[in-house]
Amino acid sequence: MSTTDGPTLVPDAQAAQDAVNRESASKKAGPFQRFGDRWNGLRRPQQWAFLLIVVALAYALPVLDIPILTTEPGNDWPITCFNMAIFALAAVGLNVVVGYAGLLDLGYVAFFAVGSYVAAMLTSPDSPFLHIPYLWTVPVAMAVTMFFGVLLGVPTLRLRGDYLAIVTLGFGEIVRILATIIPAMKGQVGFQNVGRPPGTAADGSPVFSNSNGTPWYWLALTIIIIVLLLVGNLERSRVGRAWVAIREDEDAAEIMGVPVFKYKVWAFAIGAAVGGLSGALFSGQIGFVNNQKFDVPTSILFLAAVVLGGAGNKVGAIIGGAIVAYIPLRFTAIADYKYLIFGLALVVLMLWRARGLLPARQRLLAYGRTAYQRVANRDSGPPTAVAAEEGDAK
Amino acid sequence: MTSETPNSASAQDLVLDELGIDQEVAEGAAPERDIAVGLGENIMEIRNLTVKFGGLTALDDVSFDIKRGEILGLIGPNGAGKTTCFNAMTGVYKPTNGTVTLDGESVLGRTRHRITRLGLARTFQNIRLFGEMTALENVVVGLDARHKTSVIGALLRLPRHGREERSAIDRAMALLEFVGIADDAAVLSRHLSYGNQRRLEIARALATDPKVLCLDEPAAGFNPAEKEDLMTLIRAIRSDGYTVLLIEHDMKLVMGLTDRIVVLEFGKKLADGLPADIRNDPRVIAAYLGEPEDDAA
Amino acid sequence: MISLLLSQLPMDDSWINFDIQAFIQNFWSATFDGLTFGAIYGLVALGYTLVYGVLNLINFAHSEVFIVGCYGIFFTLSSLGFGPSAPNLSVIAIIGDLLIALVVGMLAAAAMAYILERVAYRPLRKRNPPRLVFLITAIGASFTIQYTIFLVRGPNPEPAVTMFIPTPVFDVFGTIVDSQQIIIVLAAVIMMVGVDQFINRSRTGRGIRAVAQDPDTATLMGVNRDRIIVTTFIIGGLLAGAAALFYVMKIPSGVQYNGGFVLGIKAFAAAVLGGIGNVRGALLGGLLLGLIGNYGQILLGNSQWTDVVAFVVLVLVLLIKPTGILGQSMGRSRA
Ligand SMILES: Nc1ncnc2c1ncn2[C@@H]1O[C@H](COP(=O)(O)OP(=O)(O)OP(=O)(O)O)[C@@H](O)[C@H]1O
Ligand SMILES: [Mg+2]
Repeated sequence: MSTTDGPTLVPDAQAAQDAVNRESASKKAGPFQRFGDRWNGLRRPQQWAFLLIVVALAYALPVLDIPILTTEPGNDWPITCFNMAIFALAAVGLNVVVGYAGLLDLGYVAFFAVGSYVAAMLTSPDSPFLHIPYLWTVPVAMAVTMFFGVLLGVPTLRLRGDYLAIVTLGFGEIVRILATIIPAMKGQVGFQNVGRPPGTAADGSPVFSNSNGTPWYWLALTIIIIVLLLVGNLERSRVGRAWVAIREDEDAAEIMGVPVFKYKVWAFAIGAAVGGLSGALFSGQIGFVNNQKFDVPTSILFLAAVVLGGAGNKVGAIIGGAIVAYIPLRFTAIADYKYLIFGLALVVLMLWRARGLLPARQRLLAYGRTAYQRVANRDSGPPTAVAAEEGDAK
Repeated sequence: MTSETPNSASAQDLVLDELGIDQEVAEGAAPERDIAVGLGENIMEIRNLTVKFGGLTALDDVSFDIKRGEILGLIGPNGAGKTTCFNAMTGVYKPTNGTVTLDGESVLGRTRHRITRLGLARTFQNIRLFGEMTALENVVVGLDARHKTSVIGALLRLPRHGREERSAIDRAMALLEFVGIADDAAVLSRHLSYGNQRRLEIARALATDPKVLCLDEPAAGFNPAEKEDLMTLIRAIRSDGYTVLLIEHDMKLVMGLTDRIVVLEFGKKLADGLPADIRNDPRVIAAYLGEPEDDAA
Repeated sequence: MISLLLSQLPMDDSWINFDIQAFIQNFWSATFDGLTFGAIYGLVALGYTLVYGVLNLINFAHSEVFIVGCYGIFFTLSSLGFGPSAPNLSVIAIIGDLLIALVVGMLAAAAMAYILERVAYRPLRKRNPPRLVFLITAIGASFTIQYTIFLVRGPNPEPAVTMFIPTPVFDVFGTIVDSQQIIIVLAAVIMMVGVDQFINRSRTGRGIRAVAQDPDTATLMGVNRDRIIVTTFIIGGLLAGAAALFYVMKIPSGVQYNGGFVLGIKAFAAAVLGGIGNVRGALLGGLLLGLIGNYGQILLGNSQWTDVVAFVVLVLVLLIKPTGILGQSMGRSRA
């Protein structure tokens, strides 16, 4: 704690400064912010109608196969959609850790890997373990990754954030090494024929197959929507407030009564569980898991997805995740450079636009929309720019 | 030596004089709190508190009491150790020696968030709000210290979560109203004016429903009119049954507001007594020599 | 259910064993080799520690500063005619060539460190953003450098450049200590003592310590903070370049675009083990980590375990004594 005083502006200068602050806050925002303003200006039914259209379009995506968007002939379009959904889901999970709580997790792929392996080892005929139906592996995968999240978080989350970054970076690498040297994890040979959800089509073929991405995409999209709703619940509660307070000023949060360590562990565990969930889905669709896919660069891609979309914004995370998965599949000529592109994107974004493409403030009150409307109404003058920014998204 | 007669009852008299001002905070922020029982007994006892930074002894064997319902001033020249004393009391620094009790319970050795829930809240000399949160949200973070919703409860929006969220907004609005910045409830705290940020810090601290409220130079950078408003506010806080510990450099404000004063210099307690005594204490005057002191007659 | 799972585990346990026999047999050779690797970790760890001291930032891109040094050495040596088999040159000629390579490696790494600070970190510092922004920039810079090298040099390791065949020098408990081990450990220790003296004695060193302890006061006292930071990055780069020479000496075919990554994590673990921000701690941490990694490897019977052991050590240190063995002497107190 510094012993120096805060800025001691004279009151008149303060008021002027204040007005400038507010103005620049609304001006700097850019096109997406204007969209955000307009969105919050809409009434609830209008918002619902708009959301419904977006969701319907999202479900139709693999069927729509729009000429400029499509990744074919190089890559199958429905499977591309599924990959985008997986990245988006992982980004939503990582966003809880990085965007809300401000903790840098550089080994997120490890949780993705753990989820994949859990699903594979509990369903693949190559695995000597007990076998359970595929859909049951999803909660098991989440529980196991959550356990790993806590295991890793407890020693490191009491310390400064930097240590977490390096420990997670190491952890990402360790999981890969362990998958290589522990015989039960079968290294590069891996596990074939990972399970799939039940169901057969009219012609007797399974609904969920490795070659048809569409049902998988629909499953993943449905899960994304559920996760979004749940994460939104957390955001608009004391949990979300605790996370953002920790991100803003950890010591002040603790002194205001926030059990900082506990909420950091929760953020980490929830992020891990969502990572495990996306990993389990991923291995189901691919049908094969080995030690080759889970390298540290993939963790950085996940991070790039979150940062690109605007850390702290769950919708941004989805868009960021989809972009990061889409670009190498659509523009196959530059696919080899994806790590360079997204690594560079991280640096450039931090230097020019640290708040990402979709900078949106977290909505931290369950009944904030009505509260802020009351404030706006009691104001006789026009509502301030910042007040207009408020309100609930859902 | 002084114009007033110093006796042990005068602190209490001063407290009682002030009662009768609106009871807004107590009702708005903490409807179920019991106001001002046992007025005048020790609520906090600080004993032999010592803090060392390497070779520097920032706080040296300091002992004093805080009485229930009073406004206690903590003064001293720059670098005297006032903020360090706050930090040691609220668990930011681990003291080398000494004890601190609040209502008979030991404060030291608890984690900082538990100390807050024990009933000790503070503001910061250099404002530390959650910049990306609105004023309203900042206050609700303080209120969360008393909330009981679990993570699962929030995830599934269980009934208690809804109840707490609803009441939190009402309480937070009442607190913002009380400190006079309700119109700015929806403004991000980093966009608030400097003075309103200081007020918001007070509202956020009050939101944790403290027994003792510690204010670290709340009037720093204020003009005389703002200082006047702040004095009214602090009096209102006290009359709602809160005990206030106040660090302040402005002698006029301190003399006009406090019931008792503790003076620190070079980390040691120099004096401890009624404002009128402190004002005329030659050691205190010597310590402040060179500092602007409007009231030293 | 757990026991059911366990009973179905394959009974093949060759991947991990606690081979005390092998441990005792190879103890001394593992010790000497561990110290050699430890010296290299220590030199790289110094770069992390110094930057952490003045900026309070983990410079993730330091591993890439190191690998740029490796490439500098690789190119110099291969253009001087070094290849997979040891060159047929006189001792003096080899020493001369290695010194040239050392200078090039140190300059290349220092240049990389300088560019990094000027292009990425300094513009950020001007805006005083949250810490997270610095860390993300650091990891982004690390990846940018790594995959730029990938783009130019491809995914495979560069051909080996063997500097010389180590000759046995003396014998300890029946285990030979060779010239390579002696050169690396001695040179690294001398360099680290030099850095320690520089930090403690020179004017610039005082500036570095002042900035590490309290940047604001240091600035008020007339220390040019930006200059001190650049100097620190350059010192870290020079040391990484020197470490690169020893690394290539030890592992002639280790030059690869991502070769710095794992070494970087181990070097950082070494810095934390010794006490981050502490110059002597870097050496101590490096040597200890080298030893622990090697002992773990022979005990557990697979070279891959070195990295796992190093990681576990890092976590344990953070759990038990986050300030490391020697404490954070250059760093500042929190809150
Ligand atoms: N974290 C710290 N590390 C080292 N020294 C400290 C630390 N915090 C405070 N000090 C020193 O302790 C002494 C007391 O500082 P403190 O902030 O308590 O003074 P203060 O009475 O609040 O002064 P002011 O009126 O200027 O706010 C000062 O000399 C200060 O430099
Ligand atoms: Mg102070």
